[in-house]
Amino acid sequence: MHSENVKPYLKIRNITKKFGKFTALNDVSLDIIENEFVCFLGPSGCGKTTLLRAIAGLDIQTYGSISQGGKDISSLPPSERDFGIVFQSYALFPNLTVTRNVAVGLENLGILAPKVQQRVDELLSLVDLMDHKDKYPAQLSGGQQQRVALARAMATSPGLLLLDEPLSALDAKVRSHLRHEIKELQRKFAVTTIMVTHDQEEALTMADRIVVMDNGTIEQVGKPEEIYCTPKTKFVADFVGTMNFLPAIILSNNTVQVSDTVLTCDTENLPVGSSVTIAIRPEDINARNVTNSDSNILQIEVLHIEFLGSFCRAKLGCNDLKGITLRADFSISIVRLLSIKVGSRLNVSLIPKFIRIYVTD
Amino acid sequence: MTKNTPIVRQKSSRDDLIMRACMIVIGLFLAIAIILPLYTLSSKSLENKAGDFIGLSNYIDYFSTPSLFQSAYNSIFISVIGTVTVLLFAFIYAYALTRTQMPFKWFFKIVAIIPLLTPSMLSGISLVYWFGNQGVAKIFLMGESIFGPIGIIMGSVYWVFPHALMIIITALSITDARLYETAAVLRTSKIKTFFMVTIPNCKFGLISAGFVVFTLIFTDFGVPKVIGGSYNVLATDIYKQIIGQQNFQMGAVVAVVLLTPAIVAFAVDRFAQRRQVALISTSAVPYEPKKNNSLDLTMLIFCSLIAFLILCMIGMAQYAALVEFWPYNLSFTLENFNFDLAEGGGWGSYFNSIQLSVYTALIGSIVIFFGAYLVEKGRGFNFGRNTFHGVAMIPLAVPGMALGLAYIFFFNNPDNPLSFLYGTMGILVISTITHFYTVSHLTATTALKQMDQEFESVSASLKTPFFRSFQKITVPICMPAILDISIYLFLNAMTTVSAVIFLYSANTRLAAIAVLNMDDQGELAMAAAMAMMIAYTCGGIRILYAIGTNNILAKTQKWRFQ
Repeated sequence: MHSENVKPYLKIRNITKKFGKFTALNDVSLDIIENEFVCFLGPSGCGKTTLLRAIAGLDIQTYGSISQGGKDISSLPPSERDFGIVFQSYALFPNLTVTRNVAVGLENLGILAPKVQQRVDELLSLVDLMDHKDKYPAQLSGGQQQRVALARAMATSPGLLLLDEPLSALDAKVRSHLRHEIKELQRKFAVTTIMVTHDQEEALTMADRIVVMDNGTIEQVGKPEEIYCTPKTKFVADFVGTMNFLPAIILSNNTVQVSDTVLTCDTENLPVGSSVTIAIRPEDINARNVTNSDSNILQIEVLHIEFLGSFCRAKLGCNDLKGITLRADFSISIVRLLSIKVGSRLNVSLIPKFIRIYVTD
Repeated sequence: MTKNTPIVRQKSSRDDLIMRACMIVIGLFLAIAIILPLYTLSSKSLENKAGDFIGLSNYIDYFSTPSLFQSAYNSIFISVIGTVTVLLFAFIYAYALTRTQMPFKWFFKIVAIIPLLTPSMLSGISLVYWFGNQGVAKIFLMGESIFGPIGIIMGSVYWVFPHALMIIITALSITDARLYETAAVLRTSKIKTFFMVTIPNCKFGLISAGFVVFTLIFTDFGVPKVIGGSYNVLATDIYKQIIGQQNFQMGAVVAVVLLTPAIVAFAVDRFAQRRQVALISTSAVPYEPKKNNSLDLTMLIFCSLIAFLILCMIGMAQYAALVEFWPYNLSFTLENFNFDLAEGGGWGSYFNSIQLSVYTALIGSIVIFFGAYLVEKGRGFNFGRNTFHGVAMIPLAVPGMALGLAYIFFFNNPDNPLSFLYGTMGILVISTITHFYTVSHLTATTALKQMDQEFESVSASLKTPFFRSFQKITVPICMPAILDISIYLFLNAMTTVSAVIFLYSANTRLAAIAVLNMDDQGELAMAAAMAMMIAYTCGGIRILYAIGTNNILAKTQKWRFQ
């Protein structure tokens, strides 16, 4: 999706935000393409909400510029920018009915009443709330309120939709349902969307591109698969999904030493002797049909098994790795086939091409 | 990287500018209504009669005049004794209401509010009937005179009781039941739990109540004026210096002396209230008192006694207002309500008071709420908003007598373009709104803070002009708080004397002042009748308010109850 010849809709350049001495955002630059669904993902305090609020003009950046659709909006107040916003609290006006909530923005544009009504009805049927149009927010469920907030934000067809942790206040089931629904609506409205979330599953399932942030800087920008399969930094590898980290030293091109064992992996031309951390996901530790011709074979003992439904997460001990333990995900069928249980001893292989390597700092 | 990059400054939207302009207008009003008069007051205290600057020599005079200095001591004496007494009574009463299963709580709650509905002089008048020279219960004083410290303390304790009670009830209501359960599980005795959990939990509330009560008694004018006899206190001294001796400079000195402890008390109170709030955690579980027969009965007896005393106070005033000629002819009459027979204002003063109260409630609640909204919800311009908030805090620390005197100096100056206000209803409204500004401002601010902070963000993204979201969203949501503010202003405008005593003119006499004047002329029965008229009005307004708000809220706040 992101290629050089596509013109970005939102251009964020060198944004720094300081709260007194604390730097919440440090020289952040980012391009967002028209109609794209981007997620800002990171732990709390990473600066993702600060960046969103800077884009909205709610808390203006200390330095740097932002342009939207070719227009410099760096210093505009929020009321002169073009965006719709949904907050975690929804901020629905409690004293207005659903219809009136959605109509507010349209009325402000000076649109005539019948036209407003028509557009409100259209939006409410889109979010499937026509039956509730005369109710007050307090009479709706969390998920319904969420959809009203979405309809209200989209009423005036803004160029940019900002979602600030919109699903965090909902329970798990409604959440996964709404994930799909928001994504569908975003496609229907064809609106450039930025969603802030700390929930990686949300980001992975909904986003066209994910922006992983930490400590006020961008760690990695990429499609969900890229973020998951080829995390660029140790932070991203650790924050998204589960990862085993092993301290290692580069032995030669494409071999590393971990404790008493030597493993094969792409060492990315790093100099021999440098300290690195190698990383492998639990599902890339293979127990099926391990033969002597495989590389990176480890003799392990199963120390603990946690049943998680369709797969089990096992804690593995290995003499060659001394005290280091590994987490591995074994599918239920493998567990049954090899009768893996606590105390089982077996061979596993760490698939070389799935091993990531990070320079230890 | 950013050394040379310019800091981004947000452009102000049209709304931002309009809001700032409105805030500056209200801020200027506050500056004119409180800061400039106070400045004039303090500079007056450094001048001689000719208006020349003479440094602190007025103060030196003051502190070397034993009779004047004695008043300061007297003020402190009655305030300390009064405060300790009120705190003790109010704490036990509040404890009974919040922490026991005592029956008839609703009755005791209503009775405790009664003193709020009357001017402070009413207790003085009532005490004269009970314990004065021809008093029915004079014998209980064992030869002591009611006209003096005893009377002042009794009268003060009566009228400040509900003020202390409300603060302590709040302090006792915010607690965590889990603390008591934990104490019980750890087998802590009831008495130890009381000193280990209950007292520390409401410590700041008690401190706050103590300082509020101290300030109220210390600066009150009504009670010592009626029942103080020859026992002088600071508030009556100002009055004597100004009205009696026309010694404005010395009056200003006394006003500044009166101001000092009030400001200290104010600072400590602010501090204590902030700490009190910090004690509540969001996961706290409200305390549910359990049945305890001996405790409940003891409390019932205590509260009945207090309620009986309160009812005796207002009951005697009511009785006196209806009696022909105490104590010689005790047949009932309405003659005492024929106010026009006495000098001092007549019925006109009553209607002036109604007018003042309506204006104060109406204009005051609009201006104060709008000001609080601009401070709370404005964007940027932090300096202006913080300054405004700070200035809005000042009136709480300024005793009414000092404010009234400051107004004389400020508005009665012919060089002041606003001097046309002097002697009009306008200046009474302004002084009353100012006098009671802080509590109303804080009520408004609290209500505004409780609203979702993102309403303004959403409104901006929807391009809603601020006056529209103010009118359609903020005002409806905060309606209960706005009504609270207006009733608070109405009741205070009806009963206050301290600031307005220096500011009324022949055309703008007020009911509460008429009470004082009638008392001065020895028309005690008529004073009681006028005080009761005020009490009826305030009581009636309160009842109307209770019914009215229920109706209004049911209609306009449908969304709240669903």
